[in-house]
Amino acid sequence: MDSIISITGLSKSFGRRKALNNIDLDIKKGEFVAIFGPNGAGKTTLLKIMSTIINPSRGKVLVNGIDAKKHPEKIRGIIGAISHETYLYDELTARENLVFFARMYGIENNKIDERVDSILKSVNLLQRSDECAGSFSRGMKQRLSIARALLHQPEILLMDEPYTGLDQHAAANFERVLMSTGDSDVTSIMITHNIERAFELCGRMLIMDDGEIRFDKLKTEIESVEQFREQYLSIVGKDTDAEGISNV
Amino acid sequence: MKKSLYIAAKDLKSEFRTKQMLNSMLIFSLIVIVIFSISFGDVLSQTELVGKLAPGVLWVAFTFAGTLGLSRSFAGEIENGCLEGLKLSPIDRSSIYIGKTISNAILMFIVELFTIPIFIVLFNYNISGIPGLALVIFLGTFGFVSVGTLLSALSASTRAREIMLPVLLLPLIIPVIIPAVMATGTILTDGGICSIGSELRLLVVYDLIFFVVGQLVFEYTVMD
Repeated sequence: MDSIISITGLSKSFGRRKALNNIDLDIKKGEFVAIFGPNGAGKTTLLKIMSTIINPSRGKVLVNGIDAKKHPEKIRGIIGAISHETYLYDELTARENLVFFARMYGIENNKIDERVDSILKSVNLLQRSDECAGSFSRGMKQRLSIARALLHQPEILLMDEPYTGLDQHAAANFERVLMSTGDSDVTSIMITHNIERAFELCGRMLIMDDGEIRFDKLKTEIESVEQFREQYLSIVGKDTDAEGISNV
Repeated sequence: MKKSLYIAAKDLKSEFRTKQMLNSMLIFSLIVIVIFSISFGDVLSQTELVGKLAPGVLWVAFTFAGTLGLSRSFAGEIENGCLEGLKLSPIDRSSIYIGKTISNAILMFIVELFTIPIFIVLFNYNISGIPGLALVIFLGTFGFVSVGTLLSALSASTRAREIMLPVLLLPLIIPVIIPAVMATGTILTDGGICSIGSELRLLVVYDLIFFVVGQLVFEYTVMD
């Protein structure tokens, strides 16, 4: 399979603090990658660089063969992002939010209504499409957030702790919607602390610590969740267990 | 440009739905005009004195009401990470700045539209110079908003944004406020647009410079 994301020698510093240190990473088309690590490990910085929101201090990032420094707008057009923040306007209705972002992503005007209806239907929000996003529950907002991220049919889906604030039922619902609406060709990268859920969804596991990738294996190379947890603790240190991973 | 208009339309739709910013700007502006008219009650019959004081009063109302609105302009984008959502879209960063400038300017024009008639009545002006006054207010407001939108973005992610914005904004808008006040005074006194040529030129140059600079540097103000 071809690499859709290719990162070489990537470093990022914020003042004196080094957030990422000489990272090399290749992600193949259609892969579902989970990134684990304690707070401050550099996971979010890595995702933000992939999505061209921030520029690296050193190194090269190619997304679908496009240089992130030279053509960031082209890359943003093929990326969808889901975060613990919804990126939604509370005062606008679900439909208005999606129409606005459809316009931002350059979807043709005559196709917007059809696309918005179809994506609202797939996240089970068509009946409530004329209600303000601010009146939605956390789970509904997250579903609308998935709709917003998949609206322009991205080739890459970046998720930064999408389970934050979701109860078990809402988290399971989130996964169901994500799997049913997402194209199987979509490459997904998810930052999470939820080891069990990531183990169910993802095909490749990464552990980051101190701005470096310390562990990178396919799920098939890992015996069990327990073995992976042991591995995680041995890499990041047992004292960081509570903030690094959860069993929920 | 099209995407800027979509951003402006989205902002105005959100604002007209809650009227949070518009109401506070309008009330603040009207209160300033009313308070000054009461305090100048004894001298309102002295046309020359009022001609010197009133333009300043009008621009104090606009400036502070505008600052109030600008402080909320990007706060709404910070909530729920909406600004990041916009930054993730495949649009030029300057489109965000232009869209925000348009929506902020429209909100200020609405406030001014309600304030000016009350100002004219309370300060005993005639309405002969309205077109000239409208031109001066348009140019002054646009310059104010061009700088204000940029600084609003800059201060939005800081902890003390309500304090930070006026501290940064007020020194920078002096070059636009001085000619705007002078031109307003002249227009309200003799109603002639021909006598404010130099002030108008200053306002146009200021507007152009800051609108262009705003587009160029906006990317750096919203960078993580």
